[in-house]
Amino acid sequence: MRVALVDSPIDVSSLISEVSGDSCGATSVFLGRVRNVNDGRSVTGIEYSAYRSMAEREMNAIVREAAERFGVSRLIVEHRLGALGLGDVSVAIVAAHPHRAPALDAMRFAIEQLKRRVPIWKLELYVDGTREWVGSGIGNRREPSEAGQMGIETPDVVATRTQ
Amino acid sequence: MNPVQKAPGFFVGVRAPRAGFILSETMTVTVLLFASYADALGRSAIELDVAPGSTVRDILGTLLAMPGGDRLPPRPLVAVNREYASAATTLQGGEEVAVIPPVAGG
Repeated sequence: MRVALVDSPIDVSSLISEVSGDSCGATSVFLGRVRNVNDGRSVTGIEYSAYRSMAEREMNAIVREAAERFGVSRLIVEHRLGALGLGDVSVAIVAAHPHRAPALDAMRFAIEQLKRRVPIWKLELYVDGTREWVGSGIGNRREPSEAGQMGIETPDVVATRTQ
Repeated sequence: MNPVQKAPGFFVGVRAPRAGFILSETMTVTVLLFASYADALGRSAIELDVAPGSTVRDILGTLLAMPGGDRLPPRPLVAVNREYASAATTLQGGEEVAVIPPVAGG
């Protein structure tokens, strides 16, 4: 198990080599890439930033949880930060296991949890020269019920600030 | 002396020195802001001197009252020392309190 926040391009084939072993009949790979449209706006690139120390802590927790749930210890999660262009790989999840079901399940679990919990942000850059924080709490406020759906166990943050 | 009589005396006895302590001492916490929240307040870190016993909720109240703080949602996610924390969390001083915009990794 290994996680990393990286500032240079993610080398997917080296991750596959690193995670695989002779006992592993299955290797599953998820790649997140910068796409050219979001919410109908033409995107030219994304700048990723993070609360690094907490992001690494959460990513480590996620791979530990994946190991417990699915018995998959051959699991790597890498997320790239900084300025990325269209098509660049922003995140790679690679899981290997003797059988396909645990490898697929662990990979899916890791990316879904990453998107919910890991403090990483996207600043999207558009063709018209404007930029915007994706999902920003500003001008696009998250309602309490929505925060609850994120599965983050901070009910008091949501429930008691109204006092 | 029965407990009913004892209780008021005990309360008065400790109240004065404790109030004095609270008035004379402060503690410092480091508030970290990221992404859209850092843009809103125009900075990414703030050292706050607050009263002992302050909670995350108190810190948020201070932040929301700062210039640009009205652009933050009323109940943002918060992490204390890199762990998600509730608004009721009591701070001891020295903590790193991060106000976390909606995350968008991947």
